[in-house]
Amino acid sequence: MDSGLSPQDKKDLDKFIKFFALKTVQVIVQARLGEKIGTRSSSSPTGSDWFNLAIKDIPEVTHEAKKALAGQLPGIGRSMCVEISLKTSEDIKVSYTVYNRLSVLLKSLLAITRVTPAYKLSRKQGHDYVILYRIYFGEVQLNGLGEGFQMVRVGVVGTPVGTVTLTCAYRTNLAFMSNRQFERSAPIMGIIVDHFVDPPGGGPRPVNMGHPCNYRAPDEDDGGQYAGVQDSQEVCTTSFSTSPPSQVLHAGKDHGGVVPVPGQPPHGADAHPTAENAANTPVVNLNWKYHKVYLDWRRSASPSDPVVSLNAFTRKIGAFVNKPNAPVTASSLDLPFAAFAPRGLDLEENDPMVQPPDSPTCPSPLQASLHSQGSEGSGQQDDFVMVDFRPAFSKDDLLPMDLGTFYREFQNPPQLASLSLHISAQSMADDLDSLPEKLAVYEKNIDEFDAFVDMLQ
Amino acid sequence: MNCRSEVLEVTVEARQVEEAMLALLHTILLHRSSGKFHYKKEGTYSIGTVGTLDIDCDFIDFTFVRVSSEELDRVIRKAVSEFKDALSSDGMGQISLEFYQKKKSRWPFSDECIPWEVWSIKVNVVNLANEQERQICREKVGEKLGEKVINVVEVINRHEYLPKMPTQSDVDNVFDTSLKDVQPYLYKITYQITDSLGTSVSTTMRRLIKDTLAL
Repeated sequence: MDSGLSPQDKKDLDKFIKFFALKTVQVIVQARLGEKIGTRSSSSPTGSDWFNLAIKDIPEVTHEAKKALAGQLPGIGRSMCVEISLKTSEDIKVSYTVYNRLSVLLKSLLAITRVTPAYKLSRKQGHDYVILYRIYFGEVQLNGLGEGFQMVRVGVVGTPVGTVTLTCAYRTNLAFMSNRQFERSAPIMGIIVDHFVDPPGGGPRPVNMGHPCNYRAPDEDDGGQYAGVQDSQEVCTTSFSTSPPSQVLHAGKDHGGVVPVPGQPPHGADAHPTAENAANTPVVNLNWKYHKVYLDWRRSASPSDPVVSLNAFTRKIGAFVNKPNAPVTASSLDLPFAAFAPRGLDLEENDPMVQPPDSPTCPSPLQASLHSQGSEGSGQQDDFVMVDFRPAFSKDDLLPMDLGTFYREFQNPPQLASLSLHISAQSMADDLDSLPEKLAVYEKNIDEFDAFVDMLQ
Repeated sequence: MNCRSEVLEVTVEARQVEEAMLALLHTILLHRSSGKFHYKKEGTYSIGTVGTLDIDCDFIDFTFVRVSSEELDRVIRKAVSEFKDALSSDGMGQISLEFYQKKKSRWPFSDECIPWEVWSIKVNVVNLANEQERQICREKVGEKLGEKVINVVEVINRHEYLPKMPTQSDVDNVFDTSLKDVQPYLYKITYQITDSLGTSVSTTMRRLIKDTLAL
């Protein structure tokens, strides 16, 4: 591949990158509007469908993106970043292979933007918060994403002048949001959005404040709000040639005839440093005071009414458990109340997905601990309470063997022998040793296997 | 030709099987579908536009993107529905999406189907005891599917091989041109079921073997 691009090719490539950047912004912002997106396929191309994908152009977003681009393109050392942030109501202080590959990259972006945690948040925005977006050039700012943020490389497309890399960095710790189901009426406490600051006296919105992602589509004909956007919208009429690159053909029209270049990826991929593009980053800095408040609430729950709360919020308690005769101590309450805790703080031993219950009837740990403490004798009554153990749906304990007895006897089964580590290692060694014998047996029966195969034909 | 094979594995409840399979299959097909080709004179062609739709799942906390084509959706749903019916309530199975190219052979040999990318989705079906566990499962399976979508995207963007853009006479050997609005690469969907004893006994499996051995 020759290192010099013809002026026409360079012009085409710049146009692809420009429209790729604009479409990327549209996909990201539209994914955070809070609505489902739908566009139609059409078998004949229309003028504005870049990369053969129907992605609507929201005029305001195009305007912002063009403003941010300011006539330049993303390049080496000049990454284009789209920042997604959350603003609460109380605080205002958020070439032919290149073209196809860019198209696939945009499709990947479509898929990825529905998968990051911010998508679910953005679908629920409205009363308590809105989602904002901000486009900027330069160094990617990842410091607002909190600890443990993830990076996904959406994809890489090599071009003759460099590599387009699309990366998404997203906050993973949205624990505050995912547990709102437990606290529907509680206000948003102690949230500090310290990334964006409202200027005193309500002046014009500061430069680093985001724009709302709550665009409502106007009527189809309304394009006049941003004069000049429609005019400068270039028409994308792409036409491809199936002939080999030495016989280059341009489409008859003069806007954007494109010739694909089949073959190896451009050498630029290894020679040039990458040009970063679009990082998708929610940038809210949640104050951790929220979690402290939440925990305090948990501990102050009334100890005199454990049964009702337990039934509502734990999975493991049996039905119809007797109310204890005396108040249950805080230490035995801690275990069931752990179900209240936000996901990040949840105790792993309570999570049935992590440690499946031992028995199918799933007796509650509270019952188990109360019972086993009871059976150890009266000497420990300072620390725990005796509770009558009446399993659900069982008759009185008159028969020699009934449900209650069954529970008691099979509470703590011994560990399975095959699960202990040294024994499983031993059995693996045995398996390996018996392998030659097994192979010999199979070889002996090779005729049978052949007969089976014949039968299938 | 070396055919790249990717395996994705998910564990779901019985009622989530359909949506989980649709989510993954449609995500792959989104990347492997193009607009309709329109060939013109002088060997040039233009490509139609692919629309996209966000689909919310009912039994999983998840939203996925598929191409806007009711025809394609019907075909995929039918295959997934057959797979789901064949799966027992706590069994294992695998559904495979294979992209292939046809190579014309001379009579009396039939056309060869040469796969160039195979995606296998292994499914383990579990039964959950109560509503609390089901609620947790909704969220966890949603997260898992998110991870799988990221896997799919990473794999697709790593792959170098795609069939060459065909000439007009050759397009049916590379693309499925039967749909009105989109044009996926030629693909086929097969599945196999493992019953609870761990043995593969389905007739589909036998058919697969037959096809491979047949000329």
